[in-house]
Amino acid sequence: MSKAQPDAPVMTAHRAGLIGCRSCGRVWPEQETTCARCGSALSPPDRRSLQMVWAWLAAGVILYIPANLFPMMSTRTFAGLKGNSEATIYEGVLQLIDHGSYDIAAIVFVASIVVPVAKFIAISWLALVAGRPATVEQAHTRLKMFEVVEFIGRWSMIDVFVVAILSALVQLGFVASIHPGPAAASFALSVAFTMLSAQSFDPRLIWRGLPLRSRTSD
Amino acid sequence: MRMTAREAYDLSNGEGLMACPRCDALHVEEELTSGETARCVRCDTVLAKPRSGAFGQLIALSFTSMVLLLGAVFFPFLEISRMGFGNATSLFGVAMAFADGILLPLVLAVMVMIVGLPVLRAFLLVYTLVPLAQGRAPHRHAATAFRWSETMRPWSMAEIFVIGTAVALIKVAGLATIHLGPAFWAFCALILVNAASRGFMCQTTIWDAIEDAGLPTDGREMVEDPTA
Repeated sequence: MSKAQPDAPVMTAHRAGLIGCRSCGRVWPEQETTCARCGSALSPPDRRSLQMVWAWLAAGVILYIPANLFPMMSTRTFAGLKGNSEATIYEGVLQLIDHGSYDIAAIVFVASIVVPVAKFIAISWLALVAGRPATVEQAHTRLKMFEVVEFIGRWSMIDVFVVAILSALVQLGFVASIHPGPAAASFALSVAFTMLSAQSFDPRLIWRGLPLRSRTSD
Repeated sequence: MRMTAREAYDLSNGEGLMACPRCDALHVEEELTSGETARCVRCDTVLAKPRSGAFGQLIALSFTSMVLLLGAVFFPFLEISRMGFGNATSLFGVAMAFADGILLPLVLAVMVMIVGLPVLRAFLLVYTLVPLAQGRAPHRHAATAFRWSETMRPWSMAEIFVIGTAVALIKVAGLATIHLGPAFWAFCALILVNAASRGFMCQTTIWDAIEDAGLPTDGREMVEDPTA
């Protein structure tokens, strides 16, 4: 399928005085509040919806701080033979490097540190520029960015699963045991809130304020 | 491309039109034949990609994932041993072991994300699609069921769990010996089933089918002119 013709004037539901359902695509008169086909709430592409994005994002950023400061898990081995240790996310990555498993260290580093921080930056940027004048190319870049953020967000949960699996599995009495630290819960919540933030972002805002708008408005 | 005004549409109430969920561009609804893909003229988002027999495939794949998840919960997941102390555990055993600790919320959340939501999604999809595949009227609340199933999509994380398992294996490699149990392979199979399911999934087609099959709506799908 060919790429969309970027310069064609495009009629949007909003401009036509209609409202499109973001869940099923059905179009309704603007005063409707619920989609009668799929039952989801109808919302106009409005910058007010960004408040929710910022709120969830703030919650995610705040929880990301304890997630990095507190230990993700603590390992206790028999009489301290191999030492008792507590590791934060960052120390966990260093431990993996010490083990020599560079590939796994890279996965954890990307999933727990690079992706969350990049997501915070990407969502703030999207929310800041949403609805601002943009060229068609910029709009495509922003949509691409949004899709990446939406897709990649869930993968940050890897570290939480690792901790859950390890602490469930390694309960060998006094030989060795692993317990989750407080960071596990705050990291899980941080990822969940950031996912909610990305979901509350309305990608239709990206396309508002394109120069096309004045050309086709009547 | 759907921008051709071949069928009737009404700009005053949105009848016969479809808005791109990503960029709000209006498109005229058209019946697509199987194998065609409709994309948004502006942002290139896939609007519809009907495939013949997709409903049957989706039902079959949903049942498959339910069976796999059942196995994944009750069969041993990983076996660990060190210095003669062993521990073979199923996910169910894990959940039980933590049922009274302070970690209950974390374990509960993890179980919901890797087992609960996938099972529920499979069930809701079957509930929605079975009557449609047989050409009967949809069950009550089929629209709600399908909407919930779509809402849960990003929160069911079986495939991420498998990668997590791989990382966990490396982390304890020095601490103990680990063997993969059948439940692990069930999760791996689940990833493939999910990928296949995504390939057949076309939300627009399912919504149209729910509507066409006579779920109580305002009857706008009837091909007649309401203004006449």
